[in-house]
Amino acid sequence: MAVCIAVIAKENYPLYIRSVPTQNELKFHYTVHTSLDVVEEKISAVGKAMADQRELYLGLLYPTEDYKVYGYVTNSKVKFVIVVDSSNTSLRDNEIRSMFRKLHNSFTDVMCNPFYNPGDTIQSKAFDGMVSAMMVQAS
Amino acid sequence: MESLTLTDVEQKYYSDLFVYCDTDNTKKVASNGRVLDLFRAAQLPNEVVLQITELCGATRLGHFGRSQFYIALKLIAVAQSGLPLRVESLNSVKDLPLPRFVVAKNEQEARHTALYPDLENQGSYQGVIPRPPGRGQIKKVSAHEVIQPCLPTVEPQPDTTSPVVSPHQSPPTSPHAWRKHKRQASGGNLERPPVVVAGAVWTPFREAQSGPVVTGDGMWSAHSPPPVQESWVSLKDTHPPSSSTLPPMHPSSVQENSSIRTLASATTANEIQRQSSSGYDDPWKITDEQRQYYINQFKTIQPDLNGFIPGSAAKEFFTKSKLPILELSHIWELSDFDKDGALTLDEFCAAFHLVVARKNGYDLPEKLPESLMPKLIDLDDSAEVPDQATDVGYSGSPVEVTPNKSPSMPSLNQTWPDLNQGNEDTAIVHPVPIRMTPSKIHMQEMELKRTGSDHTHPTSPLMVKPPELSEETKLATSMKFVTANSGDGYSSSDSYTSDQDPITSIVARQRSHSGTSPEGLKVVAAPPPPPPRPHASHSRSSSLDMNRTFAAVSTGPQQAGGVAYPPAVPPRPLPTQTSGPHSGHRSDEGLAAHSTTSPQQIPEQPNFADFSQFQAFAASDQPGDDGEKHAESLPLEKSSEGPGPLRTMKSESQEERANATVNTAKGPIMAPPPKPVRRRLKSEDELQDETLPPKSNVIATVLATQPSIPRSVGKDKKAIQASIRRNKETNTVLARLNSELQQQLKDLLEERISLEVQLEQLRPFSHL
Repeated sequence: MAVCIAVIAKENYPLYIRSVPTQNELKFHYTVHTSLDVVEEKISAVGKAMADQRELYLGLLYPTEDYKVYGYVTNSKVKFVIVVDSSNTSLRDNEIRSMFRKLHNSFTDVMCNPFYNPGDTIQSKAFDGMVSAMMVQAS
Repeated sequence: MESLTLTDVEQKYYSDLFVYCDTDNTKKVASNGRVLDLFRAAQLPNEVVLQITELCGATRLGHFGRSQFYIALKLIAVAQSGLPLRVESLNSVKDLPLPRFVVAKNEQEARHTALYPDLENQGSYQGVIPRPPGRGQIKKVSAHEVIQPCLPTVEPQPDTTSPVVSPHQSPPTSPHAWRKHKRQASGGNLERPPVVVAGAVWTPFREAQSGPVVTGDGMWSAHSPPPVQESWVSLKDTHPPSSSTLPPMHPSSVQENSSIRTLASATTANEIQRQSSSGYDDPWKITDEQRQYYINQFKTIQPDLNGFIPGSAAKEFFTKSKLPILELSHIWELSDFDKDGALTLDEFCAAFHLVVARKNGYDLPEKLPESLMPKLIDLDDSAEVPDQATDVGYSGSPVEVTPNKSPSMPSLNQTWPDLNQGNEDTAIVHPVPIRMTPSKIHMQEMELKRTGSDHTHPTSPLMVKPPELSEETKLATSMKFVTANSGDGYSSSDSYTSDQDPITSIVARQRSHSGTSPEGLKVVAAPPPPPPRPHASHSRSSSLDMNRTFAAVSTGPQQAGGVAYPPAVPPRPLPTQTSGPHSGHRSDEGLAAHSTTSPQQIPEQPNFADFSQFQAFAASDQPGDDGEKHAESLPLEKSSEGPGPLRTMKSESQEERANATVNTAKGPIMAPPPKPVRRRLKSEDELQDETLPPKSNVIATVLATQPSIPRSVGKDKKAIQASIRRNKETNTVLARLNSELQQQLKDLLEERISLEVQLEQLRPFSHL
């Protein structure tokens, strides 16, 4: 279960960011922002072997003592960032991957909507619903 | 006119009605048409209505001012309570119940007309929409109103809607529940406050229309374009009156239908009644007229009814409805069922329906209603109860299926979202990250495809995810190669003899799985088949090129054997290294090469020092000897598989030569060559398996010691028996070697797994 989920556009501005309501949500925003650096580093590391060899799932970007940040980049340089609580050790890599897959699918659906202008913030209810399902429920 | 004193309730009610009738929005005059219909809806005899009109002064004025209207309403109430119509009664009668109007009729007409102006006034989009959608809206609204049993909505804006929606008064079972009726405890139809809801709906609707609604004056008075209405109505008439789904409504609606029919707008009322009565189960159903209209609209954009409307065209079209983009976006999400960015006819109808509903004030559902789901709406389902959208069943129609729908429909409806969900995951449009390299699962599959002989094959290599891309690619190639080789296709690759197959396959598998693990070393001991070897190692060149070179070389008797060895080395450095010495020794005949590769570990073992002689002997001998030996004795050559098959081939060509100097030449010759190679290999492998060399040594020596059998044929029986004995010994030795190597393989794989786990654990910190 994620604590914060963010969708970043190619130009590195957020299309969608949503976190579990806590007293310091800005912290998550900051975390996502800093994780962009790691994402950039990862996707530039592949070098010549471009997207065809680079896997979309970037894996754990970096851990902190409180939480872990996972990243995922699409072929159009849209980035998904998921922040999960470190205490949630039961979250396996495969589960994170499936979360990213669902995010990607829902994002594609949003893109397919002719009324959505690429670059706008995502306001789709379906997308919201899917993200809510992935967020930490208890908090 | 006498002064009229109204109670607060009455005041509210009347003002609402007045506003409703005030289509001109002048706040002063009520259009005659609507007022007349309203009065008729009061279910009073015509002469009474006329009398009321006259009494209130409208006939004098020619129109209904507010006061006249109020007076008229009060008179209606008076008349409905059975009191004589008299001006004096306006103020004298106390506790006069509010005038009751037939809801259906009023509603439908009201909304109908209201919608019409709305539609007509709202630009091209709206203008294009003829009655049907409006009608649909009306129906929806009415149904909505009618079927809101449990919506205790607070009275909405008092001055807007409610008055229009008067419930059926006569039948106590009438589902229409006018909230004021509730208060008045009139009849028995208080279960639902549909009116309230209707009022609520009406209000937003009116607001949405922002004025144009009121301009339906002309239409109202004309009872809306009669032709359209008629057509609309006529179609409606064809529908059987309401379904059984609304028992309470049914009788009332039927009654009302019959009573209404007598009136001018009877047909419309009928239709609405029907709709409202059947609205319980499917508020979002599209009527036939509506559907026909939608289809016509679809044709204007896309002539082919089976074609798609692209997203951009649909966007333009629906933007004309002047709904906020956000809502249009939501409608799109609901209606584009297959998420393909285009609308089929069904999807288009659903979207259009939702737009119309939204324009009339209905909130958009969270999920697509069942009746709007594509493929579930029959174009020809004329028998379907005209069930207009009521907001009752937002998240899915009420349990009951419309009577006209086949019983299978609900099941289809139910499964449809699931299918969609499932499809979504596998939808073509979704860019699913595809694993470029084989994962452990892939490896497992490959493994399963192989012959089932690899019991010894630990599944651990399969579980271990190849850590690196390069390794994975290598493995991929190796896997492919192995699978190609293993099983039936094994012999096809390099035309190895069948007896080589099990060993080779096992070896191949081992090699492929181990990848960079040092297990390859032990594999090297036995003649490794060319195909697997290259994959095991990282060097791409080794994989196919070497195979080709080997295959090419294998034609040459001796070199083939030597060549075979290098690829057999699984560890990365091995192939390059073994190939080096091998090439160097190629001139030494294949045996030397063989000895270099296979016994690379052999020299390590002191206990095999004995065999060095044989190795040298074997090395000195032509490669044919080795081939012969292999051919004779080794059903399960493990590490020596590669060279083995080659040797076999060679042996056939060199039988004569092999027999001669087998024992003597091989030993010493074999010994030296492996040493340099071995050392190199050993340095590379951190987990050098000491046992591997001995095993390979054993094999090599055993092979080396084996005199070519064919040669012995020519000798006397003793020689034959001796050779047979030796072969048997070789068999047992090799079998033992095989098992030991397997065990080593297992151990090494486990070690590899543990190392990889450690690597994974350490990896996250590598970024810091």
